[in-house]
Amino acid sequence: MVTTNLAWNVEAAHAIIDRYRDQEGPMLPLLHALQHEFGYVPREAEPVIAAALNLTRAEVHGVISFYHDFRREPAGRHILKLCRAEACQSMGSEANARHLLDMLGLDWGETTRDGRLTVEPVFCLGLCATAPSALLDGEPIGRTDAAILETLAREAA
Amino acid sequence: MKIFIPQDMASVAVGADRVAVAVEMEARARNIPVTIVRNGSRGLFWLEPLVEVATASGRIGYGPVNADDVASLFEQRFFDGGPHPKCIGPVEQIPFLAKQTRFTFARAGVIDPLSLDDYRRHGGYQGLEAALSIGPTAIVAAVKDSGLRGRGGAGFPTGIKWETVARTPSARKYIVCNADEGDSGTFADRLIMEADPFMLIEGMTIAGIAVGATKGYVYVRSEYPFAIRVMEQAIDTARRAGMLGNAISGSTHAFDIEVRVGAGAYVCGEETSLLESLEGKRGQVRAKPPLPAIKGLFGQPTVINNTISLASVPFILAEGAQRYAEIGYGRSRGTMPVQLAGNVKHGGLFECAFGVTLGELINDIGGGTASGRPVRAVQAGGPLGAYFPPALFDTPYDYEAFAKRDGLIGHGGLVVFDDTADMAKLARFAMEFCAHESCGKCTPCRIGATRGVEVFDKMIAGIDRDKNLALVRDLCETMKFGSLCALGGFTPYPVLSALNHFPEDFAAPPLPLAAE
Ligand SMILES: Cc1cc2nc3c(=O)[nH]c(=O)nc-3n(C[C@H](O)[C@H](O)[C@H](O)COP(=O)(O)O)c2cc1C
Ligand code: SF4
Ligand code: FES
Repeated sequence: MVTTNLAWNVEAAHAIIDRYRDQEGPMLPLLHALQHEFGYVPREAEPVIAAALNLTRAEVHGVISFYHDFRREPAGRHILKLCRAEACQSMGSEANARHLLDMLGLDWGETTRDGRLTVEPVFCLGLCATAPSALLDGEPIGRTDAAILETLAREAA
Repeated sequence: MKIFIPQDMASVAVGADRVAVAVEMEARARNIPVTIVRNGSRGLFWLEPLVEVATASGRIGYGPVNADDVASLFEQRFFDGGPHPKCIGPVEQIPFLAKQTRFTFARAGVIDPLSLDDYRRHGGYQGLEAALSIGPTAIVAAVKDSGLRGRGGAGFPTGIKWETVARTPSARKYIVCNADEGDSGTFADRLIMEADPFMLIEGMTIAGIAVGATKGYVYVRSEYPFAIRVMEQAIDTARRAGMLGNAISGSTHAFDIEVRVGAGAYVCGEETSLLESLEGKRGQVRAKPPLPAIKGLFGQPTVINNTISLASVPFILAEGAQRYAEIGYGRSRGTMPVQLAGNVKHGGLFECAFGVTLGELINDIGGGTASGRPVRAVQAGGPLGAYFPPALFDTPYDYEAFAKRDGLIGHGGLVVFDDTADMAKLARFAMEFCAHESCGKCTPCRIGATRGVEVFDKMIAGIDRDKNLALVRDLCETMKFGSLCALGGFTPYPVLSALNHFPEDFAAPPLPLAAE
């Protein structure tokens, strides 16, 4: 499954913001929806959101930057999240992740040069009894090892 | 012929969807009529994907099944409960399940999570019925009498919290379900939402009636896409059946629920940070007072409870407070869904009365490590919880007994490590996690944790060990007493327990091991 995202444009952003602006506490639902549409929350969105919600641009920026989920740059076509929390560590997750990152020549959060794959850390997916855990484009994968991660990365085209 | 194949996130992570497809195709090819029910997991995760078939003598299980097993399962007539190497017999007789006291998780894995009929057939909505007939004051009294304490970590009596909200006058009040479940090693909230979502809806509805709130939010972490989807569908179904909305179950009470999704901040599990987040702000912790019960979401009186706390309420109302309170240990009444995770042979959810010892949970129930090596340490209560060595395995599972040993029960997670665990690295990780997740409001947490990571790095590199060890202890002291919330305040638990119980990992580098 490849995630296809719309290129940033103000009209589409307005349409999304209008869907949420009348809710109680619309900010997070709205940011999630923007990221879902564009694959990230572009800086250009900040003044648009600020105007719609009657906030300053700095306030909007402050919220977006607080949350680890909101990406400020587009990601690769595939996103692989690897759990780095304790239960996964107890089953060797860190060594597996290191192996994969070294193989791809990446650090956490980086994208392969061909724009194919972004590898991000995540802290617990609630799959701690079938660790180590991963999430590829939203699909959960349990009982991973270095070889499985390698296959996932190769097959994500 | 009814075949049950779980569709909770963990079962799917280990191939349950592929198994379901294979079963469907094989059944069609062989012209065997089967009905596949996608249940939630029973929480016996080492057996997932666990396929169950309904037979005259109860449900027979096969697990862990992968798609390649399906042809031979049909060959062996598993749909009639036939023998097969993966057959584990009657599911309810598996010791891990038979030894449990399932009050809150009685339906998990048994029913179709999205079938309201199934829910009702298995005792669902009896708590609400009782609640409607006894009224708000008696509901609060029942929750108080049950002795239920908050399962999110702090263990505060739920009934007292509700009473405060009930007594605070306001035209608008809220019920907020804390489903942020950020602790590593925990998945009970996830299982409630994915395996028995109507129970949470029922619990929140009862809370709404008890305190006079008409609006509820379930704040689910974004790492739980399955739970989000199931909750949204269940809420929609409940609404269409008149179990949410303007006249709950034909009564004069109005209540509705909305799902809101977090955004990857651990600290947003802290109740006031969560409320800020729901309001659309940075998830910065609020100073207390005012308590959320008095001034919570949008400044209104708010019940904020953990998912398990709210989900425990239907049982208490349906079966009576006494039935819940009569089991337990000391001031810890009722049951706790203990979650066995990490390097453990039988990982999963074990709901039992308080009082069982840590050793029984890890060794007898959990079966020791998955790797087969000796258990070295158990982290109890998530990333802010202490590391227990086997020497402390006689500790009874009880809030006060754990506190006495400088630990905590938290949300019920137990993460097992074998003897390859490097406690210095784990202590460093606790500091790193705190630095990564700090909301930034207080200096001891924000700066102290970052400083802690640097000091650990020096110590691990062998630089000025004794001086740096003393520095870590100082930092812990400062964080413990100078932090506004438990992120900064409790990070010293994992750090100091690692230092105190496993000093050898912080001593001078060991001599090279002799060849094994
Ligand atoms: C850093 C931090 C994270 C927390 N995370 C959670 C969480 O994920 N879920 C939860 O229910 N409580 C969490 N808590 C505890 C809540 O602040 C609060 O005590 C709880 O939601 C109250 O509900 P209860 O009384 O039903 O336990 C956290 C606390 C802190 C300090
Ligand atoms: S202890 Fe840390 S997370 Fe808690 S309020 Fe202070 S800075 Fe924020
Ligand atoms: S710690 Fe990795 S899934 Fe929970």
